[in-house]
Amino acid sequence: MDPSILFAATINGLLIGGIYTLVASGLTLIYGVLHIINFAHGSMLMLAMFGVYYLLTKLGVDPYLSLVVMVPAMYLLGYFLYKGVIGRLSNGKDENILLITLGLSIVIENVALMIFKGDTRTITVAYSDKMVELGSTLVPLPKLISFIAAMVLCAVLGLLIRHTDTGKAIRAVARERVGARLVGIDVDRVFAVAYGIGLATLGAAACLLMPIFYVSPSTGNVFIIVAFTVVVLGGMGSFLGAVVGGLIVGLTESFGGLFLGESLGQIGISLIFILILLFRPSGLFGARR
Amino acid sequence: MNALSRRQVWLLHGGLLLVGIVFPLVFRSSFMVNFGFLALFYAFIGQSWNIAGGFAGQLSFGHVVFFGAGAYASTILQMRFGFNPWWGLPASALAGAVVGWVVAFLSFRAGLKGSYFALITLAFAEVLRIVANSVGITGGGLGMLIPGKASAANFQFPERIGFYYVMLALTAGSIAIAVWLKHSRFGAQLAAIRENEDAARALGINAFREKIKVLMLSGAIGGVGGCMFAQYYLYIDPTIVFGIDKSIEMLLVSMIGGAGTVFGPLIGSLLLAVVSDVTRALVNVQGLSLVLYGALLIVIIAFLPNGLVDLFRRRARRGTPKGGA
Repeated sequence: MDPSILFAATINGLLIGGIYTLVASGLTLIYGVLHIINFAHGSMLMLAMFGVYYLLTKLGVDPYLSLVVMVPAMYLLGYFLYKGVIGRLSNGKDENILLITLGLSIVIENVALMIFKGDTRTITVAYSDKMVELGSTLVPLPKLISFIAAMVLCAVLGLLIRHTDTGKAIRAVARERVGARLVGIDVDRVFAVAYGIGLATLGAAACLLMPIFYVSPSTGNVFIIVAFTVVVLGGMGSFLGAVVGGLIVGLTESFGGLFLGESLGQIGISLIFILILLFRPSGLFGARR
Repeated sequence: MNALSRRQVWLLHGGLLLVGIVFPLVFRSSFMVNFGFLALFYAFIGQSWNIAGGFAGQLSFGHVVFFGAGAYASTILQMRFGFNPWWGLPASALAGAVVGWVVAFLSFRAGLKGSYFALITLAFAEVLRIVANSVGITGGGLGMLIPGKASAANFQFPERIGFYYVMLALTAGSIAIAVWLKHSRFGAQLAAIRENEDAARALGINAFREKIKVLMLSGAIGGVGGCMFAQYYLYIDPTIVFGIDKSIEMLLVSMIGGAGTVFGPLIGSLLLAVVSDVTRALVNVQGLSLVLYGALLIVIIAFLPNGLVDLFRRRARRGTPKGGA
């Protein structure tokens, strides 16, 4: 096979992987702290993408500029959603949280279907078609931007968790719920903050995704299995894992498509997911639990 | 825990069966017969989920893997190998059980439980969806259209009522299995595993083996559900029979009615059928019934963790003197 095709597939895979990292980083944070799987992750991303879409089409706000609005908005949504619904109604049972986030995703997705109808929407901005030369291939500028932003975002999240007081509280709660409560940490608030930050990353992801992707009420489903795969592969709760996992999954998709064809190529992601769960459920960077 | 004795449960089941038999004779319109069929169909596939998710506590998010395997097994036998469609019923049960064995053997050997098990079932369903989408024998993404030839010998009834009665028999059978499970040694072992697997092991229960058995049973029922779906609609494609939507419906029906109870899926399914028909009649907005259903799931988890069945139970308990149950 022509090496330039392989090179192009590699670059393309890495760029897709950046997007997956972006979507999965919030999921891994929520898992790391709450030990629950946020099944509403995909539908929350969809919601944020519609936010970006309307900010541009109704108010003319550039998608990248809407970061300033979307990140805090999604944080608040997450914080209050946890405080008002998820935490309150789950009676502290992990299984219930899983099912409540499932219920939320059903509600959100179908409310979106009622409001926005089923059509897919895309946006065009001045830089949509700008290309950048990377070695022997051309890549769309927005994809490159989202890739770089994903890496920066994961680094920032990692630093925040490591060095700020909130980050320390989050890690304490993640490690030892009861102990954290004993030393005076408001565990419930930390859960809400972590859930908020998890959704805030989706706000960022939506801004970076919108120029290169489409949105429809079922967009979340496109990402849900992939995001879980990234998180499980990298190790739940690990940001480095999310980056590595995202890139591996992106490359798998790209090479799967190249060697197995468009339709069967998608099988690679699910197979990785199954194999990782069967042989190393703690993932590449996760602690055994 | 249970307000009804075993005898009372069988009597109730018999009574419901009678109601089921009489129903289409009273309400003859094709709308009502179709409504009855769908309510029974969802109760049936909900029971498939319930047996693994409710009775054994193995929460699956990809139960459609069995449903789709059954739908394709029966349709492929019929279309590609010329079998009489009635063979689809045992074939789909077998296909569902085999897939159940594979999923259970791999997952439980790796020690997966809780949300990890939920996720891996999702991934198995996804793998089968992609395979069904890509290989020739399934017709790929175009799906398979079963040519219509309405005769009972061809498992295509000229009147909807024929399907209704087949579905009634199957659903009654699935509830009978659930009643048996509730009172059998096997069921008791599953309950022990659900409540505390380590403790169950310490009591000498072979949790691995029992969990494989229950997934095969659940898979067989799910597979038959797939066969019924294919015969009723005469069309299947990978997204419909392996899509996440149906997995969620199987789970919802069971959770809302009452997971781990005999009649939970039936109650959940009747409610689903009523809710979706009433909302469609009042306001014809796509998605509204699912919004209500998702909200109902949240409310039930918060306030009625054992499902709607609990409402009946509470009433029954209030009615009987202490120790009378």
